[in-house]
Amino acid sequence: MLTLDRRLFLKGAALIGCSAAAHPLMSSMTFAALPGENRLVVIILRGAMDGLDAIQPYGDPMLAKLRRNLSVGPENGALDLDGFYALHPRLEPLLPLWQKGELAFAHAVSTPYRDKRSHFDGQDLLEAGTGNDLPVDRRVGGWLNRLLQATPGATAETAYSVGVEQMKILTGKAAHLSWAPRAWLKLSPQAQMLLEHVYHDDPLFRDAAQDAVQISAETSDLGKMPGPTADAEALAAFTASRLNAESRIAAFSLAGWDSHANQPVVLGRGLDRLAAAILKLREGLGPNWGRTTVLAMTEFGRTVRENGSGGTDHGTGGALLMAGGAIRGGRAFGDWPGLGEDQLYAGRDLMPTRDIRAYAAWAMHGLFGIGRDRLEREIFPGLDLGGDPGMLA
Amino acid sequence: MSFGFPELAAIRLGFGLSPLMPPPADVEAVLAGPASAGPGPEAMTTEKASALATRFRDVRLARREGRPEPPEGQEAERQLGDLPVEGLRRRVIRALDDPIGFGERLVQFWADHFTVRATDKMNNALALAFVDEAIRPHVNGRFEDMFFAADTHPMMLVYLDQISSRGPGSPVARRRPDRNFGLNENLAREALELHSLGVGAGYEQEDVRELAELLTGLSFSHRSGFAFRPPWAEPGAETVLGRAYGGGRRDGLDAIRDAFRDIARRPETARHLSRKLAVHFVADDPSEDLVEAMAATWRDTDGDLPQVYRVLASHPDLASGLRQKVRQPFDFCVAGLRALGIRGEGIARLELPVFRRIAWGPLEAMGQPWGRPKGPDGWPETADAWIAAQTLAARINWSLRIPRLLLDELPDPREMLVSAFGGTQSAELAWAVPKAESAAEGVALILASGDFNRR
Repeated sequence: MLTLDRRLFLKGAALIGCSAAAHPLMSSMTFAALPGENRLVVIILRGAMDGLDAIQPYGDPMLAKLRRNLSVGPENGALDLDGFYALHPRLEPLLPLWQKGELAFAHAVSTPYRDKRSHFDGQDLLEAGTGNDLPVDRRVGGWLNRLLQATPGATAETAYSVGVEQMKILTGKAAHLSWAPRAWLKLSPQAQMLLEHVYHDDPLFRDAAQDAVQISAETSDLGKMPGPTADAEALAAFTASRLNAESRIAAFSLAGWDSHANQPVVLGRGLDRLAAAILKLREGLGPNWGRTTVLAMTEFGRTVRENGSGGTDHGTGGALLMAGGAIRGGRAFGDWPGLGEDQLYAGRDLMPTRDIRAYAAWAMHGLFGIGRDRLEREIFPGLDLGGDPGMLA
Repeated sequence: MSFGFPELAAIRLGFGLSPLMPPPADVEAVLAGPASAGPGPEAMTTEKASALATRFRDVRLARREGRPEPPEGQEAERQLGDLPVEGLRRRVIRALDDPIGFGERLVQFWADHFTVRATDKMNNALALAFVDEAIRPHVNGRFEDMFFAADTHPMMLVYLDQISSRGPGSPVARRRPDRNFGLNENLAREALELHSLGVGAGYEQEDVRELAELLTGLSFSHRSGFAFRPPWAEPGAETVLGRAYGGGRRDGLDAIRDAFRDIARRPETARHLSRKLAVHFVADDPSEDLVEAMAATWRDTDGDLPQVYRVLASHPDLASGLRQKVRQPFDFCVAGLRALGIRGEGIARLELPVFRRIAWGPLEAMGQPWGRPKGPDGWPETADAWIAAQTLAARINWSLRIPRLLLDELPDPREMLVSAFGGTQSAELAWAVPKAESAAEGVALILASGDFNRR
């Protein structure tokens, strides 16, 4: 009876548009129709990652002219990938993935956002997945939430927003769960018993506390690991644990990419965390890694020229990183626009050659069977999906 | 257990009961509270904010060009970085030391109603000036004055893009067709939809557009300050909700003030804001009787806020709706500190990193990252928007850890049960607290309880 009531509550919650927590007992037994075995993780890189430094197109002779101290190519420690692109040395831990076909990227991608180059608006648009036809504050709800709405059999447990950061990408009508590793709860048995008693007649508190205790029991305390990449690894480890259970979709963010000055340090730190997160996902997912696609997306790229303080400023075209056993990796996707004066966007930025949303859309098409029409009209309204880049294995 | 108006008022209209201060004796005592919610001696001003921003801009420019950074610019950058946390600390201190609490609750309500957000570090001080200059002076006055002050404040002009709006027929747009100057409707739309009439209140896109045209001319930059610039303004009169404004030789700012006054006095505004106040203070779904009583007073008094508050504080729903609202994370943290007997001076003494640990970080974990709401509609109101696995875990963890961090000696949970609830506690909580294994767990049980997290 309890489970039935809970299910009705959940449906109601989904209708009124809040994110409700699924009862653990409920979600593990009742919903037989899980949306398949494929898994999608979206990592939002907040602050605008410099794609030209992370994945260096050193085969373009203009790169060395525009950048004297950054993106210095294989001769100076970067790792050659295919004779044209090289991986930033701090991404070296991911090189084995490239070699196994579990790492790829698309260069010169962007959202439809142009010219104002504000992190805040850029991230809003990236997570909303809409075009420029709506003012920023009208873009309600994120594209992963619309994916949930389009996925038959999706429950609140299907998608997780991980971390304390607000993830607009998952907000919207469809219920989902959220959890931060540092929310991990450890109560003495007596305190837990007393708290259950106190919450007993208050379903809102009772169910939320039950979920918190359950999630904490199923996962470990990841909030206090030492080391500079610990927070990223904690997010990834928790994400993996949920994806090994009922969840299929997860999003979290890694901040700290805004490298206006001293880029080697700032970007290096960010890439360390990104690499650690991807490796931790791979480790945690075990055999499920083979059915997982990870997309690491940022709001825009950075200027092609380095600035006077060893950094780069806000730009337009950037890079999308893909990882996972489900991808056809070890290759570069997309068309390279060139770095010549007349090939740049506004004379300063990498010219986007494809909408970053097209890659996300093709991933959802391959992983969850979402049709082209739905992708172009509902999930990414206004997107021209274009041809299949063939990014999934 | 019995309790009376004082306990009810402290819990529902303030930040809860305190072992240090008596609750307000009656409605008059509650209504006396907001009179002291004005800007304090530490108030931030636009002028100070612009001085900091200008110094910060210099250091940013120097860095970009590889020049040596001016030390006063570095100091400004450090201050601007800390100001959001310091701003939260000031709000916590004032809330803790306010004997009634109603005034500071109203500051929170109105600052959220007129949501702004600094998305560039440069504007961190300006966001504080917004509350001190546009909200606090008017919390106990007329709505129309707050409406005008808030929607013409530099921080609002920046946040809702008004500074990039130019009349399509303005002198500057006609002189520089190459610059593609045009109207930005963002502020005008929110002024009607969020700040006054409410969505669905029967205004048209044409009203939004005409109001947007009326607002052209409002300008702000840290270098030049706030000004009404006639060359930016759309010429001619604008008709909003059937009334014409501007177009004569009067100062454009006066025409804007006239429009805001008329909009503030509309019955739709009375209704929208009376309901919003009732939702915030009484119930997620307040009774028609309460909303209509407040709206009637609003209409009769042209939005004289103290008189509207009086209806709210005197209404029987105040008692019947007890525990129907969930305390928002800021209210919860303040109420917790207050119930622990912690004073403002105790918070003022903390090292900044410690204060981050007790308030800034926890508020984010509880779902209310301070100063960073998702959109111009501010924080949500419904109970289920605040209580989910992750956010409740954060409240429970706060209840377990923070009292021990701040106090050498915890209160006796049995005494705290009396001082924090004044007889309003449930039988379940009264049963459970004495059975806790330690004082720390007893205190945590009180703070984490539904009784305490609801009001």
